[in-house]
Amino acid sequence: MSEHQTTLITGARILGGEPADLLLRDGVIAGVGQGLDDTGATILDAAGLVVLPGLVDLHTHLREPGREDAETVLTGTQAAAMGGFTAVHAMANTEPVADTAGVVEQVWRLGREAGYADVRPVGAVTVGLAGQRLAELGAMADSAAGVRVFSDDGHCVSDAVLMRRALEYVKAFDGVVAQHAQEPRLTEGAQMNESVLSGQLGLRGWPCVAEEAIIARDILLAAHVGSRLHICHLSTQGSVEIVRLAKQRGLPVTAEVTPHHLLLTEDLVASYDARYKVNPPLRSADDVAAVRAGLADGTIDIVATDHAPHPVEDKECEWDAAAFGMLGLETAISVVQHTMVDTGLLNWAGVAERMSSAPARIGRCDTGDDAQGRPLAVGEPANVVLVDPSASRTVDSTASASLSRNNPYEGMKLPGGVVATFLRGRPTVSDGALV
Amino acid sequence: MIRHLLSTADLSRADALLILDTAEEMARLTAGRSVKKLPTLRGRTVVNLFFEDSTRTRTSFEVAAKRLSADVVNFSAKGSSVSKGESLKDTALTLAAMGADGVVVRHAASGAAYRLATSGWIDARVLNAGDGTHEHPTQALLDAFTIRRHLGPLDGRRIVIVGDVIHSRVARSNVALLSTLGADVVLVAPPTLLPLGVEQWPVEVAYDLDGVLADADAVMMLRVQRERMNAAFFPSAREYSRRYGLDVRRFARLPESAIVLHPGPMNRGMEITADVADSPRSVIVEQVSNGVYVRMAALYLMLAGADDDVMSAQEGAA
Repeated sequence: MSEHQTTLITGARILGGEPADLLLRDGVIAGVGQGLDDTGATILDAAGLVVLPGLVDLHTHLREPGREDAETVLTGTQAAAMGGFTAVHAMANTEPVADTAGVVEQVWRLGREAGYADVRPVGAVTVGLAGQRLAELGAMADSAAGVRVFSDDGHCVSDAVLMRRALEYVKAFDGVVAQHAQEPRLTEGAQMNESVLSGQLGLRGWPCVAEEAIIARDILLAAHVGSRLHICHLSTQGSVEIVRLAKQRGLPVTAEVTPHHLLLTEDLVASYDARYKVNPPLRSADDVAAVRAGLADGTIDIVATDHAPHPVEDKECEWDAAAFGMLGLETAISVVQHTMVDTGLLNWAGVAERMSSAPARIGRCDTGDDAQGRPLAVGEPANVVLVDPSASRTVDSTASASLSRNNPYEGMKLPGGVVATFLRGRPTVSDGALV
Repeated sequence: MIRHLLSTADLSRADALLILDTAEEMARLTAGRSVKKLPTLRGRTVVNLFFEDSTRTRTSFEVAAKRLSADVVNFSAKGSSVSKGESLKDTALTLAAMGADGVVVRHAASGAAYRLATSGWIDARVLNAGDGTHEHPTQALLDAFTIRRHLGPLDGRRIVIVGDVIHSRVARSNVALLSTLGADVVLVAPPTLLPLGVEQWPVEVAYDLDGVLADADAVMMLRVQRERMNAAFFPSAREYSRRYGLDVRRFARLPESAIVLHPGPMNRGMEITADVADSPRSVIVEQVSNGVYVRMAALYLMLAGADDDVMSAQEGAA
C-alpha cells in the first residue's frame, strides 16, 4: 500500500452540494473542481455520492488493552473506517485504565500500526477511574499521544471538588474534561430509563434528573473557573434545555449525542433483550425529538458513537446481568442520515460539521501534520469519505468489522452507506469493503 | 390459552377465568380424597428451576405437578446466574437436552422468565414463578381464586393492596389480573414505595390507609422488608406500622364481609399484627392450599395435550 496514492474522485457532491471532482495526491487534497490533472491517478466515479471530510468520533471504546475478546485497536479502527471515520478518540476504561502516559502511548502506537484511523487516546481524569484522586493528566498531555480529552467515561466524576480541580488543571495544556453525567446515588442499580415502562417491567429506573443535575452543576463549575466542559452522550430533553440556556449565556460547554439516542426509544426494553441495554439508557420519544432538535439547532455540537463492543455472553443473558453498551461506528452515518438528513433537520454540510469539524476542534486534533476535521479544500489533508445517500441496507450484525455483535440495529433497514474512506489519501475502505 | 405463563398482563379475561374454573375443578377432584393424584400429566417432566430460594413456592409447584402425576425435577441454581460458568442460557440448554416439558422458573432478575421463553434456547412451556420485581402470575391467580371463593365474581369488587408496591411482583401481577377480571384496585403506600408513573396504571392510588378501608371488599397486605428504611423509603419500622400496618383498630373499620390476604411470608408486627393475621376473616392459610389448585390448573392447561386444542384437552379431563 503506497502512502502516496493518487485518486481522482469524479462527480461527487461536495458536502451534498454541486458535483465536482476531487484530486487526492501525496496525502493532501491537490485540487477541487473540473478538469483536474489526472496523471497517474486512479479514477473513482462518484456520481450521485456525497463527499464529506473524514468523520471524527470523540467517543469510542476500543477495549484494548484488556478486553481483546470484545475489540482490539485493529478491529475497532477497521469498524471505524467502514463507518467513514478517519479518527477516533479511544476511551480510557481499558484494563489497565488509560490513566498513565504509558498506557495512552501504547494505545496511540497500536493505532499507528493498524493504520485504519488515527487513534487519539482519551486519558482518565482520576486514577483507575475511581473518582478519588487526579491521574497524571499533564504526563498524558505531554506524551507522544498528546492527550487533550480527559474522561472517566463509564463513571461520573461526581465529587464536585475533584471535578472543579480537573476543569482548572487541564487549562494548562488546553485540555477538556468530557463528563459522563450520572449522579451515582440516584442511579444505584439502575437498569433502564425511569418511566411508566420501568415501573411495569420491574426494572430499576435511571431518572433523567440524574443526568441533568450533573450537567447543570458542571456548567456552573466550568463557568466559575473559566474552563471548557464537554458533555458525553446527552440523552434527555431537560439536558438539551440546560445546555441551550448555557450557550445562550455564552458559557464554554459542548455536548454530544449518540446515534442510538437519536433513533431508539425505551420501548425496545420491553423485550428484555439486553442488546438494548446502554448507559445512559434509551429514553422516551419526547427525548429523542428533543435531542434531534438540539443537534439541528447547534445546542448539541456533535454526534459521537459511544461504540461499546461486548462479547456475546455479556449480552445473551438476563437483563440485570448484562453489560451496558452497543456498537455504533459502522452504522453512525446511516442513523444520522435517517434521523437528521432524510427528515430535513440537517443538510450534509451540517453533518460534516457535527461529525467531523466540531469533534476535531473539541478534541484539539484539527491542527498539525495529522489534522482531522479540516475543510475539503486544496492543501488540506486528504481525509475523505464517500457516502451513497440513495443506498439502503438491512443491518446484519454478522457482517461487521468489529469483533463484537451487540448491534441494536440488527434487522433494521437503514439508508445510506459508506462507499469509500481515505486516510491522508490512502483508501482504507473501497467499494464498501476494507482495503 | 397462552403458550407460556409469564405475566398476568398476557391473560385475556377468558384465559384467566379458564384457569380459575379449572382450579375449582382441581379442588373438587382432589380435596378431601385419600388418593389425591390425577393421571393427567403422566409421562411429562416439569422442572422447578429456582435461581432464588423460595421453599414455599417451589413446594407448591412440586405438590401441584405431582398431584397431576408429572415427573418433577428440582433444579436449584442459586447464585449461579450471574457467574459466567452457569448462565441462564446454559441452564436452559441443559434442561432442553433433558427433555423438560415445562419449566417453572424463579429468578432475581426481572424478565428472566421472559428471556427463557423467547430466546429460542428451549422448547418447553415456561411458567414464571416470580422474576425480580416484575411479576408472579400464579400468586395473583391464587389470590383471585381465593377472593372469588369468598366474595363471588370479582366484577366491581374493591380490592385494596397495601405496602411495598414498587418492589412487589405480587402487586404488579395482581393489578393486571384483578383489573382484567373487572375488580377496582386501590394501591395504598407511602409515595416512596409507589413506582414512577403509577397514576397511569389501571388503579386508584391513596396515601392514607384509613380513608379506603370502609368500602373495601378485600385487603391484601404486602410484605415490607425492614431493610428498606436504610434506603430512606420510610423513616422507621414503627412509623411504617403506624401509618400502613393492619392492626385491630383498622381491621374494625372494614366491612363485616371483607377478607384479609397476605402473599407470605408475613412480618408479624410490621405490616400486619398477629391478631389480624390469625382472625377468622384472614384467608392467609387458605391462600396456600389454593396455590396448589391454581398451579395444578396452570400446569394442566399448558402441558396436558400441549399440542392439541386446549378446549378439547379440557373436555377430555372433565
